[in-house]
Amino acid sequence: MSNQTNRPPRRMGHGPMRAMGPGEKAKNFKGTMQTLIRYMHPYYAKIIMAMIFAIAGTIFMIVGPKISGKATTALAEGFMEKVSGTGGIDFDYILKIICFMIVLYIASGLFSFTQQFIMSGVTQRTAYDLRRKIAAKINRMPFSYFDTNSHGDILSRVTNDVDTLAQSLNQSLNTVITSVVNIIGFTIMMLSISWQMTLIAFVTVPLSLIMVLMIVKRSQKYFVRQQRFLGEVNGHIEEMYSGHIVMKAFNGEARSVEEFEQHNRNLYGVGWKSQFLSGLMQPITAFVGNIGYVGVCILGGYLAIQGTIEIGDIQAFIQYVRNFNQPITQMAQVMNLLQSTAAAAERVFEFLNEAEEVKETNNPVEIYDENRNCKIKGQVTFENVRFGYDPEKIVIHHFSMYIKAGQKVAIVGPTGAGKTTIVKLLMRFYELNSGTIYIDGIPTTDMRRSDLRSLFGMVLQDAWLFNGTIMENLRYGKLDADDEDVIKAADAAYVDHFIRTLDHSYQTEINEDSNNVSQGQKQLLTIARAFLADPKILILDEATSSVDTRTEVLIQKGMEKLMENRTSFVIAHRLSTIRDADIILVMKDGDIVEAGSHEDLMRENGFYTQLYNSQFEEV
Amino acid sequence: MIQLVYRYCKPFVLSIVAVMVLLFVQAQTELALPDYMSDIVNTGIQTGGITDGVPKVLRASEYEKLRIFFNESDKKHFDEYYELLSTSNASAEELEDYPILTKEDVYIQKSDVNTDEAWNQTMSQAGLLVMSLDAMISQDSAIVNEDQAGMEDFKAMMAQLPPNMSLYDALTMLPQEQIDEMRVKMSEQFSALGDSTMNAAAAAFVKAEYQAIGMDTDAIQSQYIFISGLKMLGMSLLSAACAILVGLLASRIAAGVGKHMRGDVFRKVESFTSTEFNRFSTASLITRNTNDIQQVQMVIVMFIRIVIYAPIIGIGALLKVLNSSVSMTWIIALVLIVILGLIMTIFAIVMPKFKIIQKLIDRLNLVMREFLDGMPVIRAFNTQDYEEQKFEQANSDITKTNLFVNRTMAAMMPVMMFVMNGVALLIIWIGGHQIDAGTMQIGDIMAFIQYTMQIIMAFLMISMVAIMLPRAAVAGNRVKEVLDCEISIVDPVNPQDFDTDKRGWVEFDHVSFCYPGAEEAVLHDITFQARPKETTAFIGSTGSGKSTLINLVPRFYDVSAGKVLVDGVDVREVKQADLRDKIGYVPQKGILFSGTIASNLRYAKADASQDELQEASDIAQASEFINSKPDGFEEAIAQGGTNVSGGQKQRLSIARALVKQPEIYIFDDSFSALDFKTDAKLRKALGELTANTQATVLVVAQRIASIMHADRIVVLDQGRVVGMGTHEELLKDCKVYQEIAYSQLSKEELHHE
Repeated sequence: MSNQTNRPPRRMGHGPMRAMGPGEKAKNFKGTMQTLIRYMHPYYAKIIMAMIFAIAGTIFMIVGPKISGKATTALAEGFMEKVSGTGGIDFDYILKIICFMIVLYIASGLFSFTQQFIMSGVTQRTAYDLRRKIAAKINRMPFSYFDTNSHGDILSRVTNDVDTLAQSLNQSLNTVITSVVNIIGFTIMMLSISWQMTLIAFVTVPLSLIMVLMIVKRSQKYFVRQQRFLGEVNGHIEEMYSGHIVMKAFNGEARSVEEFEQHNRNLYGVGWKSQFLSGLMQPITAFVGNIGYVGVCILGGYLAIQGTIEIGDIQAFIQYVRNFNQPITQMAQVMNLLQSTAAAAERVFEFLNEAEEVKETNNPVEIYDENRNCKIKGQVTFENVRFGYDPEKIVIHHFSMYIKAGQKVAIVGPTGAGKTTIVKLLMRFYELNSGTIYIDGIPTTDMRRSDLRSLFGMVLQDAWLFNGTIMENLRYGKLDADDEDVIKAADAAYVDHFIRTLDHSYQTEINEDSNNVSQGQKQLLTIARAFLADPKILILDEATSSVDTRTEVLIQKGMEKLMENRTSFVIAHRLSTIRDADIILVMKDGDIVEAGSHEDLMRENGFYTQLYNSQFEEV
Repeated sequence: MIQLVYRYCKPFVLSIVAVMVLLFVQAQTELALPDYMSDIVNTGIQTGGITDGVPKVLRASEYEKLRIFFNESDKKHFDEYYELLSTSNASAEELEDYPILTKEDVYIQKSDVNTDEAWNQTMSQAGLLVMSLDAMISQDSAIVNEDQAGMEDFKAMMAQLPPNMSLYDALTMLPQEQIDEMRVKMSEQFSALGDSTMNAAAAAFVKAEYQAIGMDTDAIQSQYIFISGLKMLGMSLLSAACAILVGLLASRIAAGVGKHMRGDVFRKVESFTSTEFNRFSTASLITRNTNDIQQVQMVIVMFIRIVIYAPIIGIGALLKVLNSSVSMTWIIALVLIVILGLIMTIFAIVMPKFKIIQKLIDRLNLVMREFLDGMPVIRAFNTQDYEEQKFEQANSDITKTNLFVNRTMAAMMPVMMFVMNGVALLIIWIGGHQIDAGTMQIGDIMAFIQYTMQIIMAFLMISMVAIMLPRAAVAGNRVKEVLDCEISIVDPVNPQDFDTDKRGWVEFDHVSFCYPGAEEAVLHDITFQARPKETTAFIGSTGSGKSTLINLVPRFYDVSAGKVLVDGVDVREVKQADLRDKIGYVPQKGILFSGTIASNLRYAKADASQDELQEASDIAQASEFINSKPDGFEEAIAQGGTNVSGGQKQRLSIARALVKQPEIYIFDDSFSALDFKTDAKLRKALGELTANTQATVLVVAQRIASIMHADRIVVLDQGRVVGMGTHEELLKDCKVYQEIAYSQLSKEELHHE
């Protein structure tokens, strides 16, 4: 699992290729958008406020040219008057207009800044909420979800998807608001000048839309293929680099390069085409825009001859036509952007809507007395347990077992036999299909999950430490423990000496990859953590051989000490552990095939005997 | 970065030059479009589609009037440019075009003449004079203002005229000097109006003349507008065509550069040895070969589209501005400085935050990853709340910083807009005074604003690219690092032959090895021999150097001291490919490639028969599971072998080595994922095989059980050989071996046999 999280980001950068690419498309665009809109309801008031500011800011901008036209007119008239000697340029008037315009522009700028200020608040808050919800959700999800979904996938939902959502949402909301206001504003201004000319301007809109659609349709095909070939190239690179040593050992360079060149050529072939096609959009729409522009000029000319409109109106109209296309193209781009918003939102909501753990029982049995002392001794009973990760594929068919408090249970079996299943069931990480597990006679389903789990202490092979000091990591076993307790626990786990040899002793920071302590030392630390937690029932996963011998002896000793007077379940890799266990559970293909003491099982001469003897077979 | 771009763009020099030319044309058309627009408005609409004061057709009577103001050369020119069309010999067609022909003769401009600006001036001035006089005569003061200077003279003259004499008759009688004087005076007055105004006024004279002739002036106007529109469309078509061609070339160049770069990096990395791989790390090499090159490719597109284009259009606009009015260029300088200052201020605020954001994202990822990886522990310890708090902290940190950056950036657009609009207002204000001073015209101001905007936009585009460039440069340098990396292991110039007498021998002769850059050696003074038919095993704790040792045999690394001999020859003296041909290598992790089971097995020997595959799978204990697959040997293997288990992967990679039937087998801890039973069976089958084929076997293992029957066990501790011999020998006198053995097996198990 960990090697999956270390892989390079699943998706490529946010390049121009992505702007048009169909790569990320929501399965249910409308539904997801509706959910998203509903999700944002706490911010409706703010969004409406932002809209009002956007409208105000945009209207000021639309009115701008008309007023600045007045300054030009005043200049022109003043000039003519000067020429004819009747007067001159009225600079007072022009200055008034200019001052008014400055106020107007400042107001407009403030409005649009306020709008963006509010909107970034809204989108960032939304992103924050979503992240928080995902984190909380993870805690409520059943373990089975994580069996089928990689950590990398969940991680990318928390970071990439939420980021994409926030960014594209911010951008698209802003653009949608201003574009709509612009389109309406320009239309009104244009209509106020001449409906015939407005008609001409409008005719070009569907024309350029058709053009855009035609290009998109064609380029889409190439984009899909480009995405595929890019995947092939990257896949081959990833594969060959990961298997570099094998490739070298078997002299595979030439074959590898040959295959790569094939993929690379394919990519080049569609790559430039898709890029070229998407690049066509801009000049073609500009050309179509120009057709409308010329049309307006010609029609304007006719109308001017007939005296229907004035020259100044044509000039203003032309300005509006030039700007009219801009919001339309922006809207087209936003539609693309919204696609990726929806895709990201869909993935996030999908996760948030996943089924959660079975609800807690309503009347939990209290296993602690008033003084927080535990009433449980550690006796465990399995009764007719039936379980499968997939309900269609039951692995444990019918398992019953009585374990006395303080007994040691070893779980053995070949790799992949499902040795950890029992442990997961005990701690109720998974729900049974049928049957019951009792602890001191209380069904585990009748306890609170947190109470149940507080009974267990775990030392796993894959020792889990986090980025923080050793003290913090150890205290994790019991968050309210004081330093002295922690040090005592460390001493019990034979790790106190080691910790004291470190630069900062207990304040030594475990780094992000927690690789500044060795595997064996990590395991010792987790043993110490378990000591601190002082659980009733222990779950131990034996160290594999990746630990040096001296540390291994310490781990062994630590574990033995930890097991004293506790019911313990040991996932065994080594036969020496098995021999002295009270009960051995033999697992094969997920099921418990045999159970009993070493002697009992050897007498049975079954799978266990076979397993036990196999390692001593003569070669 | 520049070097890299230069190296890869070189093959595309022709295309790049073509792109530059096309961009130049595009910039020209783009700059010309506003001119066409103003043509339509100024000439098409304002002056009725008549461009200047030179009439194409002129009534004979009107010519007589103009003639008064002509000097001798003017008259000569007129005769040269025009021909007389008399009433008598007019064709029906001509009659229709010029209805006045029924009444009087007309002069028609010869179709093949080219008039110059001076002639235009002459005709315009004469035309304007006549128009003013006509207006005077008809007392129409709408055109010529009564107060206009100089008109007093005419009034006086008019008053002096005899009753039956027209003003023109009187004028013809004036001496030439007086006429000239008048002309000079008038032309001074006209030029005070400015060229464009005079042109417009003269055009009005021409239009009036055309109307008098009876021509359809509306048709002339609409035709002019239409033709200008067509020209404009043609221009924009040319512009679009250029843009499309540039797009074509740019995408081909970028994709081509990407292709070559990707290929070069891939070939280079494939030639890397483990040393270089360790230096860069696999994940980093993958990123360099994929994302980083993608980035460089994007930069090239951007470079072609923006960095080349922006200066062309910017400079083009600047030239136009300089042509029209030098006195206001300081505004452009001012505005560029203001914008540059703004950009720099905003980025000085935001840039450090970007770095912080990256760190916060990493932090968020880390917390989340720990959260996910540690889920069993977290749930077991009931520390969900503690984790959520930790996440909450990271989450709110990143939200706050993001918000700050977003809001700062949000301020940029309105401020830029304000600067641009403010500049337009400034130009109007300053320009207004210039007009007042008579040094500028309104049209110039409008043009100046347009061109200034174009310069600003070009400048903005370049600064945006300049901001993005450093990030892309990082990617470029990462690619370059790979390309420039020197490979530490190369084939010898004169490779030696293997010693056939020592076939299958592997000897270490006082070998020491130290990883590049590491202070301490991993292996110290290792000496041993491994012979055919024998199994030599290596055991020791993690970090004892056993994997490193075994990797020296296929020359994945070169020794630091001593030598490694295969078939009696130093591995550095033979070709790597020849050396590796002799070795069947099984790596620590079962590495498989995408394809089928068969294709993976044939990776060792492309022409292996089905029987060979079957046999190898039997020995590797892989047949059972292969047969259980629906497609058997043709079962697909996903990338990274994710659809088979760890143990199956190991068995398949063992089978792969077996298919090769090499002289030397290397098992680098290859049995770790196998269960005891399979491990035992496999060892037995392998033992039989190696005995039959005379192969040499080198095994690294963690489990004593896996190697206790080896012919020779080499015990390593901290890079040194601390014991060598059989299981029994070592158990007797090697302390390290004993420790390992007792930690793994109980005493009775060790002496089980």
